[in-house]
Amino acid sequence: MALLSVEELSFAYRDREVLRGITFSVDAGEVLGLVGPNGCGKTTLIRCADGMLSPHNGRVMFKGKELGTMHRREVARAMAYVPQSTGNRTSSTVFETVLMGRRPYLNWTVSCADEDKVAEALRLLDLEGLALRKVGELSGGERQRVMIARALVQETGVVLLDEPTSNLDVCHQMGVMEVLRGLAEEKGLAIVIALHDLNLAATYCHRLLVLSAGSIYSYGAPEEVLTEEMLGSVYGIEAVVKRDLPAPYVVPIRPGRVREGV
Amino acid sequence: MEQNVIIQKGYSRLKKTRALFIGGLLAALVILIGLAVTLGSADFTVGESYLAILAGLFPGTFTAPGMAGIIVWDYRLHRVLFAVVAGFGLAVAGCVMQGILRNPLASPFTLGIASAATTGASIAIVLGAGVAGGEFLVIGNAFLFALLAALAIYGMARYRGIGSETMVLAGIAVMYLFSAVTSLLQYVGSAEELRAVVFWTFGSVDKSTWPKLAIVSLVLACTIPYLLYRAWDLNALAEGDEVAASLGVPVERSMMVMMMIASLITAVIICFTGTIGFIGLVAPHITRMAIGGDFRTLLPASGLVGALLLLSADSIARSVLAPQVLPVGIVTAFLGVPFFIYLFLHRRSA
Repeated sequence: MALLSVEELSFAYRDREVLRGITFSVDAGEVLGLVGPNGCGKTTLIRCADGMLSPHNGRVMFKGKELGTMHRREVARAMAYVPQSTGNRTSSTVFETVLMGRRPYLNWTVSCADEDKVAEALRLLDLEGLALRKVGELSGGERQRVMIARALVQETGVVLLDEPTSNLDVCHQMGVMEVLRGLAEEKGLAIVIALHDLNLAATYCHRLLVLSAGSIYSYGAPEEVLTEEMLGSVYGIEAVVKRDLPAPYVVPIRPGRVREGV
Repeated sequence: MEQNVIIQKGYSRLKKTRALFIGGLLAALVILIGLAVTLGSADFTVGESYLAILAGLFPGTFTAPGMAGIIVWDYRLHRVLFAVVAGFGLAVAGCVMQGILRNPLASPFTLGIASAATTGASIAIVLGAGVAGGEFLVIGNAFLFALLAALAIYGMARYRGIGSETMVLAGIAVMYLFSAVTSLLQYVGSAEELRAVVFWTFGSVDKSTWPKLAIVSLVLACTIPYLLYRAWDLNALAEGDEVAASLGVPVERSMMVMMMIASLITAVIICFTGTIGFIGLVAPHITRMAIGGDFRTLLPASGLVGALLLLSADSIARSVLAPQVLPVGIVTAFLGVPFFIYLFLHRRSA
């Protein structure tokens, strides 16, 4: 059974329809990449999938159970969310910010086991040296890794990430994606990531879902989805997709330039 | 694994530092209470003050020297303790508001609650109209209007979609509206009424009594344990509505309940004291700079810092021009602002 399934989901902000008839599922151990141009509905879809927004039609299910019937804390134990922004510049330390991920399990006190899980997540994301620094003092990339660590200690079956690599350099982008893919495969998590970088998505995601103006344009393995035709229709760009590498690689072409030598 | 132990030890040190900070504040408060009770025209020592307090609490065990027992228990202690609970409550209310609204400028005063209480008091003073009579005319009006302001903020935020930004904007709108009504009342009032309204806005703990102290203490005793119990929700809300929701916090309900509790605490204090600004704004900042943002320790520590600030200010207000007593609201600003600016600049440069 899929850990996360979305069926015929539609959503509108007042009169403006943002998502239409979205259907997909994510299995345990799978990384699904949500791609598409700005404003296509990726963030809204992630918010609907986490239950923060209620879809107008359709339903979201965790292990076959509809999200709307679950208590908020129950949802928080099933799904973790990493927002697009890297958090407020709070005066909390990195350790405490990550510890907050244990909130769905905590009453008031924090056990040694909780602290151990936080330390483990910090180590995994290369943050152990920053544990007692204030989050407000960190760089954007460091804060982004803190948010991911917080989602990991939430110990959910599904992790939803909204552009988690947008503030990271290429080294940390790959580091984070390696961690996420590793966690999906080792711990059987279902991970949904909204990404702008198509090549990163092709390298690390098992499947891609291409959104265009609120609808699914294509859905499948990166090799099937990343085509020159899709890039023209969805992004309005001319590009070449190289297929002689381990994953498809998109090379955009400047308008009016000849494709020779690509 | 060894690395995990090092990280956890670092966090344990942080927890110990916070416990020490709270312990230090408590000790300072106990000392300051003794000093504050000693201040005044009747001449007795700090030791005799403590003895008088203990004699009142344990009559068989301790004996108050001379008149100290009567002076302390009948005239001074309720005022000192009122300053403590009022400072504690205002600081906790400010701390909660800053947390849920994620706005460092949020406080009962910047959100219009104090402004509304002033309008209520002004209506009682200038027009003589109110929900209660006699001694409680001004107090009743101030309390009612403070709660009305909180409800107006709630109503507008509910209509527009509850979020930190809408609540701050609604609060600012409410503040300007009530300020305008107060100005109108001051304009039409007589010179004597105007003086009374202005004096009310200075804020003071002059009119404290044991029953008033009991009312404020009861409200704090009923609300602060709940706020402490929800400290994790406050921690999560400080990170943003979306993050809080994804961590299982019922965002709208939590924001509204905590906002109403902070408003109730503020209303019940300022209806007796008038507008004592600044404590609710500054005490949480000072505390956050010292021990960070975990509301499990930030709430009680902010309360203690607020209690120390208000009690220090009241003690100075009583002694600097004795026997004349300055309004505590003025001294609070004179005392707190330089301290706050020093901390702010010091921390920034550090």
